[in-house]
Amino acid sequence: MATATKYIGKPLKRKEDPRLIQGLAHYVDDLVLAGMLHAGFVRSPHAHARIKSIDSTKAQTAPGVVAVFTAEDFRGQIGIVPCAAQLPDLKPAPRPVLATGRVRFVGEAVAVVVASDRYALRDALDLVDVDYEPLTPVVDPEKAIAKGAPVLHEPSTDNVSFRWELEGGDVKKAFKQADKVIRQRMVNQRLIPVAMEPRGVLAEYKRGEKTLTVWSSTQIPHLLKTQIAAMLGTPEHSVRVITPEVGGGFGSKLNVYPEEAIVAHLSMRLGHPVKWMESRRENFLCTTHGRDQIADVEAAVSKDGMLLGTKWRIIADLGAYYQLLTPLVPTLTGLMLAGSYKVPAIHIEIIGALTNKMATDAYRGAGRPEATYYVERLMDLIAAELKMDPAEIRRKNFPLPKEFPYATPTGIAYDSANYQKSLDLALQKSGYVKLRKEQAALRKQGRYMGIGVSTYVEICAMGPSSAMPAGGWESATVRVEPTGKVTILTGASPHGQGQETSFAQMGAEVLGLTPDDVNIVHGDTAAVPYGIGTFGSRGTAVGGTAAYMSLIKLRDKLAKIASHITGEDPKDLVFGGGKISSKSSANKSIALGEAIGAAYSAKSLPQGMEPGLDSTTFFEPTNFTFPFGAHVCVVEIDAETGDVRLLKYVAVDDCGNVLNPLLVEGQVHGGIVQSVGQAMFEEAVYDEHGQLITGELMDYAIPRADCMPWMETHRTVTPSPVNPLGVKGVGEAGTIGATPAIINAVVDALAPFGVRHVDMPVKRERIWKLMRRKVAPKRALRPSAKAKAKPKPKKKAGPAARRRPRRRAK
Amino acid sequence: MSVEIQVRVNGQPHQSQVEPRTLLVYYLRDVLGLTGTHVGCETSLCGACTVLLDGRAVKSCTVLAVQADGASVTTIEGVSGLNGSSGGLHPVQEGFWEKHGLQCGFCTPGMICASVELLSKNPNPSEAEIRHALHGNLCRCTGYQKIIESVRYAAAKMKSRRR
Repeated sequence: MATATKYIGKPLKRKEDPRLIQGLAHYVDDLVLAGMLHAGFVRSPHAHARIKSIDSTKAQTAPGVVAVFTAEDFRGQIGIVPCAAQLPDLKPAPRPVLATGRVRFVGEAVAVVVASDRYALRDALDLVDVDYEPLTPVVDPEKAIAKGAPVLHEPSTDNVSFRWELEGGDVKKAFKQADKVIRQRMVNQRLIPVAMEPRGVLAEYKRGEKTLTVWSSTQIPHLLKTQIAAMLGTPEHSVRVITPEVGGGFGSKLNVYPEEAIVAHLSMRLGHPVKWMESRRENFLCTTHGRDQIADVEAAVSKDGMLLGTKWRIIADLGAYYQLLTPLVPTLTGLMLAGSYKVPAIHIEIIGALTNKMATDAYRGAGRPEATYYVERLMDLIAAELKMDPAEIRRKNFPLPKEFPYATPTGIAYDSANYQKSLDLALQKSGYVKLRKEQAALRKQGRYMGIGVSTYVEICAMGPSSAMPAGGWESATVRVEPTGKVTILTGASPHGQGQETSFAQMGAEVLGLTPDDVNIVHGDTAAVPYGIGTFGSRGTAVGGTAAYMSLIKLRDKLAKIASHITGEDPKDLVFGGGKISSKSSANKSIALGEAIGAAYSAKSLPQGMEPGLDSTTFFEPTNFTFPFGAHVCVVEIDAETGDVRLLKYVAVDDCGNVLNPLLVEGQVHGGIVQSVGQAMFEEAVYDEHGQLITGELMDYAIPRADCMPWMETHRTVTPSPVNPLGVKGVGEAGTIGATPAIINAVVDALAPFGVRHVDMPVKRERIWKLMRRKVAPKRALRPSAKAKAKPKPKKKAGPAARRRPRRRAK
Repeated sequence: MSVEIQVRVNGQPHQSQVEPRTLLVYYLRDVLGLTGTHVGCETSLCGACTVLLDGRAVKSCTVLAVQADGASVTTIEGVSGLNGSSGGLHPVQEGFWEKHGLQCGFCTPGMICASVELLSKNPNPSEAEIRHALHGNLCRCTGYQKIIESVRYAAAKMKSRRR
């Protein structure tokens, strides 16, 4: 990439914003078609039950109702929900689009009602009478895989979906040589993605043309088109999927859902356009969840803090059925369990458990936040055990920059990195040394400040096709129009990432135009060549590279045409200011428009050159990319209430080269705050009956504007050798690096109480109890508090009365 | 059964027959076709549906259309027509564009309306005051920091115009 740039690397404000800030953008629910009907779903209130009967007669005759359908009506007409994950010995857990005879999670659809408007629809949904015979629900993943648990999917004889094992290096030897073995169980709780726009689908079938158009709030329009065609048995060339504006995805829209196939089917069956909009309650119940793992780790370390080997056993709660990538996500955790460290030996066992819950699947980070959390917590556990500084133990175990590409014992090769540099910068920017002194001083006053460090590496730019369930490439077509305007059609499907801007910057840079001259088209399968979509931090690193390569091809073609006209060597020509000029002689320049005109008029093209200016690239990456960084978080815990306050957050991220730093910063901010959500507030809780008791925004707390301190972000730049742009991807960095930094800070704050680990989310109650469970060493308590702790029987000796370290008044 | 209401929306008078249970947000979206106001939760928890009702920011998913009878409503489509706008964009809209205060854009109309109300009451809010004023509007993309910057930008812009 050129070193001096006009647009690439500049913080241009976004091209997509004017429509979004004026209410002129269109999301699925904003689309209205003539004769459009509304669909809604009757959903199971039971986690596990047999459906004895469904009586829809009352609903069918209700005002405004057009039809009611159950699984029986779709028999042989709509295939099962697809799962692309291929794992050895994966047990089947097929999901019909409507429950057939049995329901396996609360929220599973059992019937669909179609009505003329949304109010009539809501009324009618309550009139469908379903008679259930409740079965014993399986909720706890460990109990689910134990012998004797009720089986979710016969003919399987247990609820073990898969066992995935990986070993690298000599693990036995590592543990034999160990000076210390450190063990810990860690829970990575179930989360709900909560994209601000719930899912929605609108479908229209044109009988004359025999074309089915589906508008869906999805991250993967092309894959959805193929899957809808397959599920409905409709020829794929008559199916078109359009993603209008998509209001956030975070992985939850990287899927193929029953509603998408059913609504498409209904539009064909009823001869009317049909729309379904998910309610927030449905969004909680039946859009994929994330995380949900229990990990047991054992680490063999030398007394000077070198990692010798690690052993992992992870149980992943998959829920009741497989969605598109459900069983695959935990294996991504496995691949990244070496973290940013040299681990000579590793053994990993991952067990997928089927339970009566909504399926887990990709959620921002998808498997990597879990891995990073475990590894980064482990480093702090080791540091605490060996009484070493957490930053120091990390530094000791980093591979050196010259060792890249660095092969991990999990069988992957990190592309490029300088972990030392990002850690140094994070420590410097956060004032780490000073913070430690401040912490010591505060502890003497009975105040509990904690400093957390995390040095993460993630796997992005998904990815080489050999390692992906579908293809891992991405497509782009660049078209220079006869008037000199440029259209980039990308197979990526941005939904907030801002690639209408960053790709335009690229187009303007390469062809010497302005970003306003370049328009990006995405999310319409009839317009854009087949693509894979936006997920796994691949939009720019894979999709952007495809666009860049097409731009280069067109620039080369235009240079040849210009050379043909001017007689200059094409290599001596530069593009800029709407001109193609010679580097050597300033007067030997032609207007870019002249070369473009020549390509289209085709009257005097170089011998053998095709007319037109249209170039398509299918870019296949040779490897993943591995962004990395170092985050420092500072918290203070209120000893009275257990309240955790974030005081400071410093993030250093390295995502390689950057197309637009404004967009990168936005991605980092958003990711960090989603991490704060997992670390501090969010937890999808199913009770013992399999009821989701955090089923609304009232009960499931996502971060609000007042939860955060001012975040400080910095970058180091280590270009990736995997693509010509040198970019790595940044969409998930925040959710990967931040969670352990926050929890490490919390545990660090609680160190005087003998706490070595705390599970997420660190709600007040949990912390408050921990601060009272352990006896604090002398230095943690003020003399007066210590005196109060002396046994002096009182009538009401509740935990609060027993010992309450108070904050000093001054 | 339907009820007649008279509402001024973005400066335009409307006279409509609505079902009494019709929510203001669906009146705006389905009857008037103003789809810039979004439905994110229908429980007044997310703030995506925030509009200005007689200048006050309200969550239009928990206001009945009949409650807006006789009132004046401003939606995102009408924000640029409010005082302080320079024809094109309202300074708050400008701020969101300049400072990258949005990503997917779904929460943005509500976020902008809530910010407009804040600045009408408090022209020079502190960071804490902005965070507090927007804590009923959820955003899952931005992490809020650039939204705070956007509102600060708007406050400065409006201040310079008043001079």
